Amino acid sequence: MSEAVVVAEELRKEFSRDRPVVSGLSFVLRRGEALGLLGPNGAGKTTVVHLLLGLTTPTSGRIAIFGLPMPKNRITVLGRVNFASAYALLPSNLTVRQNLTVFGRLYEVPRLPEKIARLLAELEIAHLIDQVAGKLSAGEAARLNLCKALLNDPELLLLDEPTAGLDPDIADKVRRLLRRLQAERGIAMLYTSHNMRDIETVCDRVLFLRRGRLLAEGSPEEILRSFRCDDLETLFIQLAREESESLPVESGRGPEEPSKGLPGSGEAMR
Amino acid sequence: MNLRRVWALVLRYTYVYRRSPIRILEVFFWPAIDLLVWGFLTIYLQQRGRDLPSGVAFLVGAVIFWDVIYRSQQGITLSFLEDVWSRNLLNLFSAPVRVTEFVGATCVVGILKTLVVGLYLTVLAFFLYRFNLLAVGPALFPLFVNLLLMGWALGIATTALLLRWGQAAEAIAWAVPFAIQPFSAVFYPVSALPAWLRPVAWSIPATHVFEGMRLALRGGFAWDHLVYATLLNLVYLALAGVLFASLYAAARRKGLLVKIGTQ
Repeated sequence: MSEAVVVAEELRKEFSRDRPVVSGLSFVLRRGEALGLLGPNGAGKTTVVHLLLGLTTPTSGRIAIFGLPMPKNRITVLGRVNFASAYALLPSNLTVRQNLTVFGRLYEVPRLPEKIARLLAELEIAHLIDQVAGKLSAGEAARLNLCKALLNDPELLLLDEPTAGLDPDIADKVRRLLRRLQAERGIAMLYTSHNMRDIETVCDRVLFLRRGRLLAEGSPEEILRSFRCDDLETLFIQLAREESESLPVESGRGPEEPSKGLPGSGEAMR
Repeated sequence: MNLRRVWALVLRYTYVYRRSPIRILEVFFWPAIDLLVWGFLTIYLQQRGRDLPSGVAFLVGAVIFWDVIYRSQQGITLSFLEDVWSRNLLNLFSAPVRVTEFVGATCVVGILKTLVVGLYLTVLAFFLYRFNLLAVGPALFPLFVNLLLMGWALGIATTALLLRWGQAAEAIAWAVPFAIQPFSAVFYPVSALPAWLRPVAWSIPATHVFEGMRLALRGGFAWDHLVYATLLNLVYLALAGVLFASLYAAARRKGLLVKIGTQ
């Protein structure tokens, strides 16, 4: 079994007392693995990414990345990690080159101009190098974000809905690129998305979250089998609707206890 | 502190000015307006009362010195706001950047802005009013440094408040320097203030700098003012640092860093 890149144990985060956004979440992400975080709005996916990055501190629980406790070793760890989100833009008043130069220097990337040129070519936006980021289309901006995220050859890539707002063609290109990079470089990836195609195409394993708790874990196929669903999108809709109709989750119910009414109780169920 | 990362952040904030003639204009426009208003006012006062001691020197010097505090504070606060406005805060704080490196870079931006605007105003004041800033004498450099330090303390404290209250506190970024201006003896001596306000005035480092400047322009050298200003600045910088560290920790605990960064 390959080396664990991220180990999260009993993570809990509450922004207001007794209302956890993430609760009792434990998982391991291994080198070369793409792990999807799936769940309806408010499931805690983005909070998990922020906890891993040290942008938010956990209320309790432990995170270790590359074997180093976080956020204590934040600077060392972040040098080997990168992040892209549809909600965190690069400065719109700087050019593509300036943006990548700034971040390349922050990550202390050697031979930076060559690296920038190579990544831009790989993502098919080399011709935009002197374009102001604010004038890029959504697809171009997403690819610029990915360029930034790949600048330091990260061993761990955290992607928060990287294809949000992209047309199907560009989203497909991004997914293919990520899959290729992962295969070539053995990058560990944590991927949050509402796009089921993203999860199915990119992720080896999925954590299905609901109200901050782990509901199910396994490969997309295992999860579908356990919930007796044909596709993740149907399952997602079913769970989201059930959530909107159900009463609040009783406090103290662990991930071992799935909510009533869910179909299936296979191995993927937690 | 990694100086290469500090420099990368300085680049990020200076790139903004390289691409924006409007921003450059703003940097030079308002200080020039201040200088013109106060310069002509003091010329008028001199014409009315011949016994006004070095009036132009006092007020024009005050305008230039005040701008040092203002630009130094704005260098820090606006750099932070720049990342808030461009929703870049998450990218920045998910990179291997220490808070000290971030604050250090904004302080450098403050120095750069102060030097550029200070030099510009000095030249302008010389050509418009024959005011020579070098007439302040050897006290000029330590007085300048003290203004810079006070601007840093204000900037760090203001940024801490922005971290805690987000863009809702943006008005503070602009208001803070002007809130202390009436009590800092910028354009008039401390003796012009009511007796009960004077202790407040003397607790502000800038008061000692402006009193020191007036003394220096009359040919004196007020060591005591410099010592008080420096000691007070060190205290305020330490307090600002503690405030920033505690509100930064609170922002990470409460998830405010993320909220500000994506609003």
